[in-house]
Amino acid sequence: MPVSKLMRIQDLKLHFRSAAGVVQAVDGVDLDLFYNDAIVILGESGCGKTSFARAILRLLPRNVEAYTGKVLMNGNDLMGLSDEAFRREVRWVKMSMVPQAAMNALNPVLRVGDQVSEPLIVHAGASRETALKSAREMFQRVGVPVDFMNRYAFELSGGMRQRVAIAMALVTVPELVILDEPTSALDVLTQANIFNLLKRIKQDFDMSFVLITHDIATSSELAERVAIMYAGQIVEVSDATRFFSAPLHPYSQKLMASVPRLRGNQELEFIPGNPPSLIGIGQGCRFAPRCEFRFEKCDQDPPVINREGRLVKCWLYAEG
Amino acid sequence: MIEAKSIPEMENNPASTMEIAPEKRNSALLVIENLHVWFELKRLGFVHAGYVRAVDGVSFELDRGDSLAIVGESGSGKSSLMKTILGLNQPVKGDIIFDGQRLSELGGSQLRHYRSKIGFVQQDPYSALPPFMNLRSILSEPLKINRVSNSEERIRRILKVMDEVRLTPAEDFIQKFPHMLSGGQQQRVVIARAMVMEPKLIVADEPVSMLDASVRVEILKLMGRLQESHNLAVIYITHDLSTVRYFSKRIFVMYAGKIIEMSPVDEILNNPSHPYTLALLAATSEPDARNAEKMREVPAGEPPSLVNPPTGCRFHPRCPRAIAGLCEVKDPPYFTVAPDHQVACWLFE
Amino acid sequence: MNTLKKYFREILQYPSAVVGSVMILLLVAVSVYALVTIPYEKALQLWRGGEDVWYANPQYAPPAWMNFFSDKDLPVSFKLHSRDAGENQSVTKEVVLGEQNTSRTFITYTFDFNYDEFPQEMALLFNTTYEVKQPFVSILWATPDGREIRVGDFGVSKKMTYRISQDTKLQRRLGGLPPIQGLFADPNAQTPVPFKGTYQLLINGVSFEQDSHIEAEFVFYGQVYGLAGTDHLRRDLMVALLYGAPIALAFGLLAALGTSVLTMIIAATGAYYGGWVDELIQRITEVNLVLPFLAILIMVGTFYDRSIWTILGVTILLSIFTGAIKSYRAIFMQVKESAYIEAARAYGASSGRVIFRYLIPRMIPLLIPGLVSAVPAFVFLEASLAVLGLGDPSLPTWGKIINDAWLNAALYKGYYYWILEPAILLMITGLGFAMVGYSLDRVFNPRLRGL
Repeated sequence: MPVSKLMRIQDLKLHFRSAAGVVQAVDGVDLDLFYNDAIVILGESGCGKTSFARAILRLLPRNVEAYTGKVLMNGNDLMGLSDEAFRREVRWVKMSMVPQAAMNALNPVLRVGDQVSEPLIVHAGASRETALKSAREMFQRVGVPVDFMNRYAFELSGGMRQRVAIAMALVTVPELVILDEPTSALDVLTQANIFNLLKRIKQDFDMSFVLITHDIATSSELAERVAIMYAGQIVEVSDATRFFSAPLHPYSQKLMASVPRLRGNQELEFIPGNPPSLIGIGQGCRFAPRCEFRFEKCDQDPPVINREGRLVKCWLYAEG
Repeated sequence: MIEAKSIPEMENNPASTMEIAPEKRNSALLVIENLHVWFELKRLGFVHAGYVRAVDGVSFELDRGDSLAIVGESGSGKSSLMKTILGLNQPVKGDIIFDGQRLSELGGSQLRHYRSKIGFVQQDPYSALPPFMNLRSILSEPLKINRVSNSEERIRRILKVMDEVRLTPAEDFIQKFPHMLSGGQQQRVVIARAMVMEPKLIVADEPVSMLDASVRVEILKLMGRLQESHNLAVIYITHDLSTVRYFSKRIFVMYAGKIIEMSPVDEILNNPSHPYTLALLAATSEPDARNAEKMREVPAGEPPSLVNPPTGCRFHPRCPRAIAGLCEVKDPPYFTVAPDHQVACWLFE
Repeated sequence: MNTLKKYFREILQYPSAVVGSVMILLLVAVSVYALVTIPYEKALQLWRGGEDVWYANPQYAPPAWMNFFSDKDLPVSFKLHSRDAGENQSVTKEVVLGEQNTSRTFITYTFDFNYDEFPQEMALLFNTTYEVKQPFVSILWATPDGREIRVGDFGVSKKMTYRISQDTKLQRRLGGLPPIQGLFADPNAQTPVPFKGTYQLLINGVSFEQDSHIEAEFVFYGQVYGLAGTDHLRRDLMVALLYGAPIALAFGLLAALGTSVLTMIIAATGAYYGGWVDELIQRITEVNLVLPFLAILIMVGTFYDRSIWTILGVTILLSIFTGAIKSYRAIFMQVKESAYIEAARAYGASSGRVIFRYLIPRMIPLLIPGLVSAVPAFVFLEASLAVLGLGDPSLPTWGKIINDAWLNAALYKGYYYWILEPAILLMITGLGFAMVGYSLDRVFNPRLRGL
């Protein structure tokens, strides 16, 4: 049961300059994160979810056009910190990330044991021995045999490498861990194993997880809350139980209807058209062009409505 | 029959493959007969270090218009099997008979003709399309290679196939380059390319796994429609069981180079038999909030190395119901559980 | 097309690319101009041709615009032909008929001399017609302060060049002074200083036959000449400087293009086929990397043939199997595994088709920066060979100019322009291509952008 607020994100914006124009990847996101929570950011490709993760961790590329908003953690606005202070006090200390395709991003010339101990040496100022000891413990927790610590990345299977990447994010015991598509390239059995691992870690560590994915089915393995992202904005936030049984936003409904089921008879639905380009996005509801329920009000940007504790950004739920 | 080189391991390999009825051999579109695809491992470039037994004795037949799903994880051999059917790998033993002709006996232009009758749909639509060619060139390639020299005829076929995959207006699309299209549109182009030579068989390797959820359905439906209208035989290779029902009538489950269960799709979902199949089904998630409250049962360990597969039944080290003294000694043959439903597992003796 | 436009816009973001492109465009413009105004045959003739081509130029003359920079005004060369009398006010000609088919011809050349240095030389080139009897001329020199000096009297053959500085009789008449100095010197000055003002050269000629005519061209050899100066053979350096541009560019481009294309094809073949083909190509490359490139070229040039085509051919041959093969091969090995290559093989593409239609087009954007950067290397190579004396002797190239200058001890004698002009052009070529190549590299290889 989510208790107190870990992080409050207000009107977060991250825009990039590109050859074709300004990409409004994250365009005014409001979200609350709680301690010991597991929230899933669900969205399809191009909705801005990876940029959102980067925005929170301030892992910005060089062509940033705008980076504004408030990220309040323990009462401090992280956006006000200098880059150096952020690096020293926040990144990998208070929160960390398992990036997309992390298993392919492991350093090929370092032993995996050294890579997992590195964050402790760099961010917590630990000595090499202490760091290796913590790394050893972490290896055990994530289920990689300890004698693999001396191996190189290419000697491990995909599932093992993903576990190593997770260990790297956990070794400094941060309060918040962001996982970007942690199982997208893995087999079914390995996926299930990784999710079992994440469930166990959540129990053991009291951490808060943010899981970013487009895979609706596996997201339910970890989700206590669900946030749907579309075209740079969050359009629905809800607890998992109510979301998976009865999503509110038309886009969420279509998404749920497009998930293939092992058994049963229902027809699969798909959403015609394409998500809007994040360059030069107009006013008004961004899903309106593809929505079957659209009406005149949808030409204006919809407000965020609170429906019995669930948040939905849609005119259909406004008063009247 | 391709002669297996004098490989000592081959001698000991028990022939626990299906016997294909002789009359089937001629009427079925595709017959895979005791296929073995082994890759030689060389250390230091030339020192022999064993064989990777990617496909280790597979037999089945496929009729015209039949749709088959091959399900397995990485390391199961499904990719190697697929590539051998496409003619990209050479089997070391066993044969492929397509439309009455043995693949091993084909050469030169006959081989090209064989290839033109099988369409290939790949997993990643973006890397499956040459980025520097526009759609017109991409779709012309198979036609040009197969000596369709008349450019009007080529255009006619290209426009027809673009229409079938619903990339219209076709005249506008053929000028575009792959990076201008969305993932779903790119995959349609890949499908169009596979269809442009009017093949009889389509081999689709995870055709939707890299697409967004909402687009997956669109593509699967498209492929289903094409299959019906052209009476295509389809081999759909995936590791995601939840899509199989929408697209195939039969399913084969592969593990460590062998097919361990064969069944119609509905039958296997209602009556899964092999412990590995059961594990796969148990590990497949569906969107349900209660999933977060419990752990899933997963068999311990990892898929075995294909260089030194376990003796006997290859799944026995991870199997929760292995019979001691039997499963690790003898490789099980196929047992019939229900009509058209075979399992290679000693539990069903 | 759109990708090209996108690349173009990106390239223009780099100031170095803009500057470099401007330089290259200048060179191309010069080349085009050279090729258009001086056809190939004429250029060779100008460069090789003898006295009649170069006769009117001074020797070792710096360019005329040097006068802006030096405090001393140096005399500029000019020619005056009696034919042009009437149109050109500086020349007058009058023919007076006399009795018995004789005629007298009066030719006057008038010019201003306001320079601080003496001219190199003055000459009269006579062109006469007659059957038996030679015409006879008497030449007078009129200084600005009214003195008249008798220059010479002599008979003139059909084609004759009279060089004033060679006339020893005149020298004696001037009291031992070198004739040119004597004619121009200020009579009142202690040291020989030219006297400024308007001078006149008068020819008083007599012809003894009816159809006997006298034409004369007065050539004034200044100390400076033209836009680029002259060399030891009186050749106008502009010819070689202008013509050197297309030659340098052509050699550089052909060599760079030939090498890059062939290297790419070979790398692709090796990477695609693997096995012994690949091994063989790698071994050949490694051996070739050790071979001394310039030494071999020198040997070929010395013992075999120095024509530019031979040198170009050998250069390309030796440059194909270089380290570039290894880097292209690495990229090909990677691209070879792409899904679209696999798809192509699945729908029946032959190996040749895969290489030429799928692998190589993928590589062309990567090829371009290397190609552009290689051009100046080859240009310098050709120039180096020419400087060493192994260039094509008949072609007017920049390297040849430097070679001539060096052989004639230009720097020692102070003829700096002779070396600097071709050197600067070579530098501009090198810099222009290098800057564009560097920016292209940044555009086509985005991974380098962070650097």
